[in-house]
Amino acid sequence: MTSDQGIQFTPEGKLKHFLTIEGLSKSLLTEILEVAESFASVSEQQVKKFPLLRGKTIINLFFENSTRTRTTFDLAATRLSADVLNMDISTSATSKGETLLDTIHNLEAMHIDMFVVRHAVSGAAHFIAQHVAPNISVINAGDGQHAHPTQAMLDMFTIRRFKKDFSQLKVAIVGDILHSRVARSQIQALNILGVLAVHVIAPKTLLPAQAESLGVKVFYDMKQGLEGVDVIIMLRLQKERMTGALLPTESEYYKCYGLTEEKLEFAKQDAIVMHPGPINRGVEIASEVADGMKSVILKQVSYGIAVRMAIMSMTMQATGNRE
Amino acid sequence: MTRIHISQGRIIDPENGTDSIGDIYIADNRIFSTMGQSDSFDADITIDARNQIVCPGFIDLSVRLREPGATQKATIASEVKAAAASGVTALCLPPDTSPCIDNPAVVELIEDKAKVADYRQIYPIGALTYKLQGQELSSMFALKNAGCIAVSNAQMPIANLLILRRAMEYAASFDLLLIYRPQDYYLSQQGCAHEGMVATRYGLPAIPDIAETTALLQCLELVAHTGCRVHFGQISCAKSIDYIRQAKDSGLPVSADVAIHQLHLTEHDVLPFDGVYHVNPPFRREADRQALRKAINEGVLDAICSDHQPHNIDAKLGAFPETEPGISSLETLLPLTLSLIDENKLDLMQAIAVLTTNPAKILGLEAPGLAVGKFADLCIFDPEMTWQINPETWLSSGRNTPYWQQNLRGKVTHTIQNGRLIFGQGDFF
Repeated sequence: MTSDQGIQFTPEGKLKHFLTIEGLSKSLLTEILEVAESFASVSEQQVKKFPLLRGKTIINLFFENSTRTRTTFDLAATRLSADVLNMDISTSATSKGETLLDTIHNLEAMHIDMFVVRHAVSGAAHFIAQHVAPNISVINAGDGQHAHPTQAMLDMFTIRRFKKDFSQLKVAIVGDILHSRVARSQIQALNILGVLAVHVIAPKTLLPAQAESLGVKVFYDMKQGLEGVDVIIMLRLQKERMTGALLPTESEYYKCYGLTEEKLEFAKQDAIVMHPGPINRGVEIASEVADGMKSVILKQVSYGIAVRMAIMSMTMQATGNRE
Repeated sequence: MTRIHISQGRIIDPENGTDSIGDIYIADNRIFSTMGQSDSFDADITIDARNQIVCPGFIDLSVRLREPGATQKATIASEVKAAAASGVTALCLPPDTSPCIDNPAVVELIEDKAKVADYRQIYPIGALTYKLQGQELSSMFALKNAGCIAVSNAQMPIANLLILRRAMEYAASFDLLLIYRPQDYYLSQQGCAHEGMVATRYGLPAIPDIAETTALLQCLELVAHTGCRVHFGQISCAKSIDYIRQAKDSGLPVSADVAIHQLHLTEHDVLPFDGVYHVNPPFRREADRQALRKAINEGVLDAICSDHQPHNIDAKLGAFPETEPGISSLETLLPLTLSLIDENKLDLMQAIAVLTTNPAKILGLEAPGLAVGKFADLCIFDPEMTWQINPETWLSSGRNTPYWQQNLRGKVTHTIQNGRLIFGQGDFF
């Protein structure tokens, strides 16, 4: 495939948009993690504001609801001293016949510096990045089933905090891979960072065609798939999957693929359990596991702010002096 | 009527296997003579066809004109110009206009528009079911009498096999040809890309090849049962070709075509999220592309069509799954077909046959040809002329082509329809 991942960079090679993990280098991902580390270590002592984005205006443009992701972007921007506007467009403009592009151009006219975009259709963030004015950065906060790169980076950050060396790790991702933009971005990031193996575990109905081509080993069975893994990432099971003949019942799914303490035994003793949230207790994960010693789910949420601060400040540096 | 003398062209006529340099004289809509130097012939127009190929006019099995109903995309007037300049002298119009072609009044409306645009051979395809809804049969007999050359449900699904069976039985009663796009409704729902590596990587809703093959197999069973003649339009999968070959070998009355771009592009050519590559059926694997090319060469696929689908800019502006499928492809039909010769997939005689005599046979039209007495539908093209696909010279209102700025070889110089020069050296008549 001819790749246009070049769209993410300025002609000088600096990160300008953050749309997908695909095509990014190991050194860039590591740099993001290190910048995030510097924000995180300061923030862990006291909540502190940085003046890096003072005078900049950021719009959280959410065509699909998500309170949590939006809140962490909002907090990240505020801690970088930017002005933030939240717009939920899922029910307003575009459904009245205004096109995505009209919406973008209208907002552009208000001298915006960055769009944080979430949209239900794969490719929406790319499309916006292709059409915005050159001084605007676009950050993908999740597009359809394609990518959720900031989530993947905060997951990498979490793994690095607990496991240090990626090259020795086996990571299992469990659940609805087919519809998951989170899984796609995680798999790309894990492979770029050079983990030993990525296992995906799901029934065939929740796996995409030629899943192996993503660079993973496919398992239909939890015992085999979790054998010896260091990190377990559980994916959220959307309720609507039950109606689409993809799965029979929640309880059968829980029996086969829900992470219980018994199944957790298959993994390494020091394995960590992650979940992008919000979790369905008793569907994909047992409460004892979600709240247990091995769970780092709440850590993920707090690291999310530092990682998003890192990505926002890095992309704004690329566009900052181009007006 | 104009009397036309075509001088010293390389005459290629698949009907009788002719390939020789010679002259053609046209009078009273028909080919009057092919003998050298007819001094008594007083020509109104003489065309110097040296170093050019003279062949029957192209018959395109699927051309969307967007009229009636979607004139923001294109009009009959705009698209017949693109057809004329591309050597197309007859074209089939699928029934998914708005209103759709499910009653004789719409057929008349199209005829009137074609008359105004001065283009003779637009063959409307009647709707197989009322409003293309796949629920009730259309008045096929009335549609046939009004001038519909075949019936089809275009891209609209017939989810209920009983309805398809009844429709085929009814069509067979009047010896109507069914043009069928095999694609299972449920297996392809909301899909926009081939179910494979690329759709998996980009998280695009997918159309698996079983959406085509299962629908094809079901229809073949119904052909055997009902005796309905069926032409399968825009085949995209290697496996489909095996099934069509078997059906033909067992004597079923079936034929099939492929859209020209399917012979050139694959899922890997689909730049990430560039809506211009959004087509239906989707671009598939390299193995499919190779199998489709081989099938054209071996005659399992009978014809190449443009599957011309002009769109306005807005239709392609959006995130990939939200764009409308289709390519504006009339003007690239000839050069992209000729390039298969360069790649040794086809010889020139075959390339012309799949654009002329074969589609005529499928539609049950009088065999086109360049012999004396034949209808004078002709195309003259320069096989060596290289030209750039650019917006300044593009004729279709649909600007949705993936070939901008590319240099393609082979250009139509003259088109004669019904004995009349309708396009010559860049001008329309």
